Amino acid sequence: MGIAIYMLAFALLVVGIYGVIAKRNVIKIILGILIIDYAVNMLLVLVGYRRDGVAPILSEGQDAKAWAATSVDPLPQAMVLTSIVIGLGLTALMVAMAIRLYQKYGTFDMNEIRKLKG
Amino acid sequence: MGVELLIVILIVFMLAAAVIALEADDLLSSVIAVGAAGFALSVIDLLVGAPDLAITQVVVEVIMLVLLIRAVLKRRDEAAAISSDLLRTGLCLLACGVLLAVVFFALGGLAGDDAPDGTIPPFGEPVLANGKRAAVPPGVSKQYLEQTVSETGAVNAVTAILLDFRAYDTLGEATVIFVSVLGAYALLRRVGRRKEGLSP
Repeated sequence: MGIAIYMLAFALLVVGIYGVIAKRNVIKIILGILIIDYAVNMLLVLVGYRRDGVAPILSEGQDAKAWAATSVDPLPQAMVLTSIVIGLGLTALMVAMAIRLYQKYGTFDMNEIRKLKG
Repeated sequence: MGVELLIVILIVFMLAAAVIALEADDLLSSVIAVGAAGFALSVIDLLVGAPDLAITQVVVEVIMLVLLIRAVLKRRDEAAAISSDLLRTGLCLLACGVLLAVVFFALGGLAGDDAPDGTIPPFGEPVLANGKRAAVPPGVSKQYLEQTVSETGAVNAVTAILLDFRAYDTLGEATVIFVSVLGAYALLRRVGRRKEGLSP
């Protein structure tokens, strides 16, 4: 079961790569990058999962030692939290670029934009 | 077992949403399909014990959807007219299949959960647990977990790492966000831009 979950996460990554390479529409390329973002974040969180583990938050009255022995890995979660927010900044910048491209060239088609140049 | 089955179902849902997003003719449908995938990801985060991530993912997803819908709302009919190159699509699918096969065998392939040391740890046994894989050192997460309360006084290990143990990373993140917002503003501003002949 474990390897099936990892393979599905990688399949999502590959779908995103397919979108980035094979599509000509700028919005579709942006969506492909977003899908890659989801897949990588999900994979990192899954790698830190401990079977029957609890969330890395200490409840009131709980023993700290016992908690440390059953909690899931907090380090990938902290890094992915950073990554999610950076993904938002990335999306904002890419969408702004797409809107400007449309204003200047009147199309989302990459091939057309390449032909039109200046 | 129950959690793993739920995760598999949710990832399959995300895969379907991703394929629909890339293949739909209407740009608005594509954007909404990607939003569905993002919300499924936040449910997965809840299932694997990451409530902070689930909350952040929902908030980020809503803002992202607003931005993307703003970009496509008035230009929806574009996608149907743009067909993709058949040869390029075929080659790309072939390359993606090869990539998946390579990943499958690199993860241990048919050997199941007995993957060699040095690859991704088996699902459910993170590096900090080092159960069956005694050769792998437990890494820094174990110390973070054990010292969170005594060193920082925080009860949430994730926020303790973000704001205490690795605060410089968070400073870098804030810098990246600031620069990207600045870039988006510079691209979209109206004031101070020269007249363009091509723009409609």
